[in-house]
Amino acid sequence: MEPASGLRLDHNHKLSLREFPYIVRWRDDRCKRCGRCTAVCPVKAIEATVKIQRYVVSEGPAPAPKAERKVIQVVEQVTDMERYCVGCGSCTLVCPNEAIEPEFNPQNKLLHYKNKGGEGYKRGGRRNDPAVSTLDRLKFTRISMLTDPALDAGRHEFRVRTLLGRILPPEELPLKMVNGQLVVDKESGKFIPPVREIYPIMIGSMSIGALSPPAWEGFAMGVAYLNEVEGMPVVMCSGEGGMPPRLLRSKYLKYFIIQIASGYFGWDEIIHALPHMVEDPAAIEIKYGQGAKPGDGGLLMAQKVLKLIASIRGVPQFVDLASPPTHQTKYSIEEAVAKMIQSMSMAWGFRVPVYPKISGTRTARAVLNNLARNPFAAALSIDGEDGGTGAAYNVSMDKMGHPIASNIRECYLDLVRQGKQNELPIIAAGGVGKKGNLAANAAALIMLGASAVSIGKYIMQTATDCFGDEMNRCNLCNTGKCPRGITTQDPKLYRRLDADRVAERVVEVFKAADVELRKIFAPMGRSTELPIGMSDGLSTNDKAMAERLGINYAC
Amino acid sequence: MCRLAAITSNKYFSPMETVFALETMKEGHDGSGLGLTLKDLGGEFQGLKKYPVMSGICSRKGVRTLDDYMKKHGFRLKHVWTPRIKPVKGIVPRDYYFARAYDYPVPYKNKPLAEKEDLLMKTRLALRCIGEPDESIFVFSFYPDVLTLKEVGDPLELGEFFGLDRDGLKAKVVFAQGRQNTNYAIYLYACHPFFIQGYCSMTNGENTAFVPIREFLMSRGFPGYTGYNSDSEVFTHILHYSSRHLGYPLHYYKDVITPLKSSELAARKDAGALGLIKQSLRPLCIDGPNMVIGFTPDGTCFMVQDSKKLRPGVVGGVKGKYALMSEECGVDKAVPERNKAKDIFPMKYDMVIISPGAEEVKVWNQLQG
Repeated sequence: MEPASGLRLDHNHKLSLREFPYIVRWRDDRCKRCGRCTAVCPVKAIEATVKIQRYVVSEGPAPAPKAERKVIQVVEQVTDMERYCVGCGSCTLVCPNEAIEPEFNPQNKLLHYKNKGGEGYKRGGRRNDPAVSTLDRLKFTRISMLTDPALDAGRHEFRVRTLLGRILPPEELPLKMVNGQLVVDKESGKFIPPVREIYPIMIGSMSIGALSPPAWEGFAMGVAYLNEVEGMPVVMCSGEGGMPPRLLRSKYLKYFIIQIASGYFGWDEIIHALPHMVEDPAAIEIKYGQGAKPGDGGLLMAQKVLKLIASIRGVPQFVDLASPPTHQTKYSIEEAVAKMIQSMSMAWGFRVPVYPKISGTRTARAVLNNLARNPFAAALSIDGEDGGTGAAYNVSMDKMGHPIASNIRECYLDLVRQGKQNELPIIAAGGVGKKGNLAANAAALIMLGASAVSIGKYIMQTATDCFGDEMNRCNLCNTGKCPRGITTQDPKLYRRLDADRVAERVVEVFKAADVELRKIFAPMGRSTELPIGMSDGLSTNDKAMAERLGINYAC
Repeated sequence: MCRLAAITSNKYFSPMETVFALETMKEGHDGSGLGLTLKDLGGEFQGLKKYPVMSGICSRKGVRTLDDYMKKHGFRLKHVWTPRIKPVKGIVPRDYYFARAYDYPVPYKNKPLAEKEDLLMKTRLALRCIGEPDESIFVFSFYPDVLTLKEVGDPLELGEFFGLDRDGLKAKVVFAQGRQNTNYAIYLYACHPFFIQGYCSMTNGENTAFVPIREFLMSRGFPGYTGYNSDSEVFTHILHYSSRHLGYPLHYYKDVITPLKSSELAARKDAGALGLIKQSLRPLCIDGPNMVIGFTPDGTCFMVQDSKKLRPGVVGGVKGKYALMSEECGVDKAVPERNKAKDIFPMKYDMVIISPGAEEVKVWNQLQG
């Protein structure tokens, strides 16, 4: 009879490695036991350990086998689901002898077990769905050739610009005629809403706190360079978490959209900086929802709330910063959102566009129609299910949300029915560039009706060499242990990231996307104005998709 | 690509002059149709200038429907013109081509012109709606002092077919389009010139921005912005929208369809207004390749290019007679006695405007306003 406690006879009570999403392949013959892999592993999924190895030797002229035992050092993957290998591959990068590598295990049962203590699985990243998205199934099939000559992407002048802000209908423009010319009638008292001419690809909301200092600074520097040197008016959203005080008081503020979300983090600092601002921000974004985690507010885990973040956000260190799912002072869109928009507009003297951001939803049109009737609403940003996040429950990411393509299309067509398609710009986000096709995805969304697109996850990954992917690789953004130093506040980790290099990559990405956008627009004969709603240029090889989006079916 | 020929003169002339000019550009069109719009009518219409003229084609059944409709709505027939058809091989004659002058219904007689214009347009659209399904009625225009003819076939042969060389039909402004059938099935409502409430235009080239422009126009809530069997119809409606609906002077048409860059705007005296117009009318920006020839209710004619000048266009003539053509050979045919050195080839910022009666030609430059 087995003892009730004490030494087990075997490992049959443990999880096998087959249950784990990544299995570490370690090669005994290559490993020199330097220990770099175990030191770098952000989740301690591997550890150096000793084993007793039995081997058979035979000495002398005639076979005389005998078993001997020796102590050997090995690197072993642990079978504790709390320390599952995330497949980041940091171990491979630090190994001098290519002795170790994680391998994806499609049989894994991570979601069966990652709920210890009754706590659901939380992570960063985006929806773990590696399938081809709708955006990547759209192609541009209206090609100019003979009846209308194609333009030259290299030689013709292209105006790849869009408008952010509420645009008056032509009938309501306060114009009068003086000597055969139209002039603005300043005595009319008509409010002319602020409108910004911006680059149609924006950098979406990623907060200081979610991102490490060099990551956020790198983006900010890249955006400033694009504006000041390259002449590309790219704007970037702060995310919820405030902005560095010096930046708030600098001339570069005009390249930033400041986000206010349900936790109001960072707004104490922003309000105090208001009298000292030398430039208005590009816009104010009111966050009501996020595509990656609809129904959830922002979440910054305690381990990321270090001194700098705590001071910018005006909170104590090392506490979870969970923004409520909705703005607590609000209870109806008609009254509350209008007030919020007006309050924000008033703070900057009605000189700054103020717009809400919502997560993709079947009810987006209701929000849109409400905003269409609100003359102060500057735009509507809709964030689809493939958007990213720094921290959320896995179930929210994987199972909640609405694809962006049909959401944008139905909203645009709704505005067309009301004749307001040019008055209220729609910003599309969530999964733009998911497979790396940034320009193609952006162009497709624009042709479905978006005035601009917003990218977060894509630019973050591309500019900072993030490991994450839709096979649940890495996705440690919520833990503060980002092995690349992107989503961590630990100086030991973020020193791996060079802010200048991030800025350089941001510039490279936007310049390349600009060239690619021209390569798409030129053969379609468009260069003077962004082809918003030019749905006749799009097609897909899926009939149902074509019907739903109101575009051509081509096969 | 379609070929366009327009002549404006201070004297009445036969529409065949314009058709002959079009014929010189025959290499550029495939003879798949002719559209002809006459303004400031002479001949038998000279004394009927205040009466709206309905131009169209009917089947035998359609004529009855048309008569019933017009009678029911109080229009009184004043005059009927029908072409003296000469059978031409290859052209299948339809039952009844007509241009009829009507007197307004009594309640409208003393109404302002704008109300009369709305009535005429609604009548035209109603008849189109009734006659389009079985193609029993085609109505191309219904407006005072304007006559339109359209048919499928070679333009010169159609001129003979309609007997324009023998008829006394004359006008001071004649627009003709030789059709190049590319993307669309041969359909009469797809044939230029297009006309709405005194505004008319014809265009060559494709319109790559057609869908967003069409959606914008159709969502204005104005019943006349309909049809769009051709992507060029939007050019006429943009002209109508900016000039009649918004009340902008004619040259702002250029600013609407090819807005300046922000850096270029600053140099204009009306930069403030232009900036707002550019934003609010963003969906009406064209991208070419197009050259547009048009006229307005007062008889002003113009020519504009897309912002890359991807289509040819030339204006030439003498005081009292000017030709606006796709090609130089058309101008040579129409006004051979002119000084060719003074011909105008409008570039991307130019709008050539010829005052009523072909009195004066102006080249308005968009950069300088």
